[in-house]
Amino acid sequence: MSQGVRPPRSADPWRSHVTRIRSITDEIAGVRTYELAFADEAVGRDYRFAAGQFNMLYLPGIGEAAISVSSDPASRGTIAHTVRAVGNVTAALARLDVGAEVLVRGPFGAPWPLDRVAGRDVVIVGGGLGLASQRAAIRVLARGGVSARSVTVLHGGKTPAGLLYRDEYPAWRAAGIDVRTVVDAPADGWTGTVGLVTDLLTGLPLAADATMILCCGPDPMMVGIAEAATRRGVPAAQVFLSLERNMACAVAHCGLCQFGPLFVCRDGPVLGYDSIAGLLAVPHL
Amino acid sequence: MSASVSSVGSWHWLDGAGLEAVIESLRRAGHRVIGPQVADGAIVLRDLASVSALPAGWLDEQDGGTYRLRHDPAAGVFDHVVGPHSLKNFLFPARETIATFTRTDGTWAQAEEPPPDPPLAVVGVRGCDLAALAVQDRVFLGGEHVDPAYRSRRERLFVVAVNCRRAAATCFCHSMGCGPAAGPGFDLALTEIDGRFACETGSERGAAILAAACDTGATLICCTPAEVEAARGVPRDLERRMHDRRPAEGSPAPRSLDTHDIRDLLMANLEHPRWDDVAARCLSCTNCTLVCPTCFCASVQEVADLSGDHVDRERHWASCFTLDHARMHAHSVRSSTASRYRQWLTHKFAGWIDQFGTSGCTGCGRCITWCPVAIDVTAEIAAIRATDGRAPPGGEAAS
Repeated sequence: MSQGVRPPRSADPWRSHVTRIRSITDEIAGVRTYELAFADEAVGRDYRFAAGQFNMLYLPGIGEAAISVSSDPASRGTIAHTVRAVGNVTAALARLDVGAEVLVRGPFGAPWPLDRVAGRDVVIVGGGLGLASQRAAIRVLARGGVSARSVTVLHGGKTPAGLLYRDEYPAWRAAGIDVRTVVDAPADGWTGTVGLVTDLLTGLPLAADATMILCCGPDPMMVGIAEAATRRGVPAAQVFLSLERNMACAVAHCGLCQFGPLFVCRDGPVLGYDSIAGLLAVPHL
Repeated sequence: MSASVSSVGSWHWLDGAGLEAVIESLRRAGHRVIGPQVADGAIVLRDLASVSALPAGWLDEQDGGTYRLRHDPAAGVFDHVVGPHSLKNFLFPARETIATFTRTDGTWAQAEEPPPDPPLAVVGVRGCDLAALAVQDRVFLGGEHVDPAYRSRRERLFVVAVNCRRAAATCFCHSMGCGPAAGPGFDLALTEIDGRFACETGSERGAAILAAACDTGATLICCTPAEVEAARGVPRDLERRMHDRRPAEGSPAPRSLDTHDIRDLLMANLEHPRWDDVAARCLSCTNCTLVCPTCFCASVQEVADLSGDHVDRERHWASCFTLDHARMHAHSVRSSTASRYRQWLTHKFAGWIDQFGTSGCTGCGRCITWCPVAIDVTAEIAAIRATDGRAPPGGEAAS
């Protein structure tokens, strides 16, 4: 597994950094991207993360939420998180305006294996908001930060209005990325594909041995993608899934995120399908 | 006696007054001294005023879902075994503030770590609980991140261990390789023989406390080689009897557990029908996880004052037997009791090995004693082993 950036071992893992919301972008219904600037410029300058890692976003008195970083890891001073208002913390976040404080611990977790994509065909499969955890990787690939042989983004949403980051597709395409979308419930005027994101994979020619799949979405969707890809000969060790579990600490101390013998916060969230296929097959694990 | 009498690995006789002097020396050195005492019908760990508060003459009769104290004038000071408390209650307390935030003029600031509590000294720590301490060390100190509060308490902890000379029916430390002999990891270790204690010095700090005890009037007499051998033989004899399942007269046989290949056995049987069988009995009450000396799951609550400008982040023990443990948005990953019991048992005996290179079980037997419906991990694992769904070694299925 690729090694992400971690706070130093000597640091108190419960220490949060103050950031302020610099900008808010409305993405799709109920989903916003928050650009956060570190209040302490030195902290912001030194903050590093790898694409696919997450932060614990903290609103004192309300709680923490584990959210992947969706900005380019090369940017300095600010980070972005794309968040759906779905729980206590994320709903409170959605009530905040520009200038409000959001506290941040991180980064944590294993990132996307961008250190292993050179010369390969990278297929990024994002179901719904899953694409948020992949935007950092897409930005690295779009600017040629790592030299994949080809990059394809397969993104599925419920409706055309539910497709995430639509404004960015032209830039991704201009960078040579093949962006394909699919919706479940088409609206008037939709001329694209109708179906599931697994259907997009079915229609995509694959050089199996050279393919790396980076997948994030609901568990059943990820299992569907992983099974389809491995059936077509993509080695399970080249299929990566980003899991989501309950978390309180993010440093393998609280035990809440356990998935079989794995701590999703530390060993994941990005995990090779070869290491978790057996676990994913067990209901309610 | 001079300080040079005591050194790591040396053995001395302590009588009751000598043990009192040790406790007094610990207190003078700034320790909060904790020890086993009878309270509310059980032997619990609490602040220890003096040797006279120790549970001399008390025996605990333990079995599945059963804990009773019995007074026996012939019983020694430490002939009870383990009660519901362990070192976990003190090093990883059930409730603890892990961070504090204050808002001033609209800006949040996190407080510096508060000054540490006085160092702890715990008297009467058994082999299983010393092993459990080493297991929790791996969780909170051995990984990529260190828990500062645990580290602060752990680094200053003073352990007066006790070598068991009696086992309860729920004990299986011998199966887990964690007892009944205590150690390593103690500062001093006591073996009770004929009303006195053979005291082994396990650390420089232990030697220093013994020296200080001498200064307050304790008399230390060196154990002869034959006496040392006799003291070492006490837990060794018990271990042999536990292995042979040959209890002391009038006592029930302790439990045992076949740990051979246990990780693979459990991970290969995640869908074994026994999980539903045990789930039909399990109340999902969380008692086993609360009394377990190694269970480390925790969640964090926000505790704000009325103004909302002062927030403590309070960590409290969590249990994999609750729906909240694996809650994701509106649903829980482990919605059935079977899945939650499976999580607990497979984590303890299998996942732990992957995570920390050691079993999470030390054979203390608390989860058996304090289970209100007497579920017995050793019996559950034996049942899975007896009907192991895997093909036998060699590849061909048994015909």
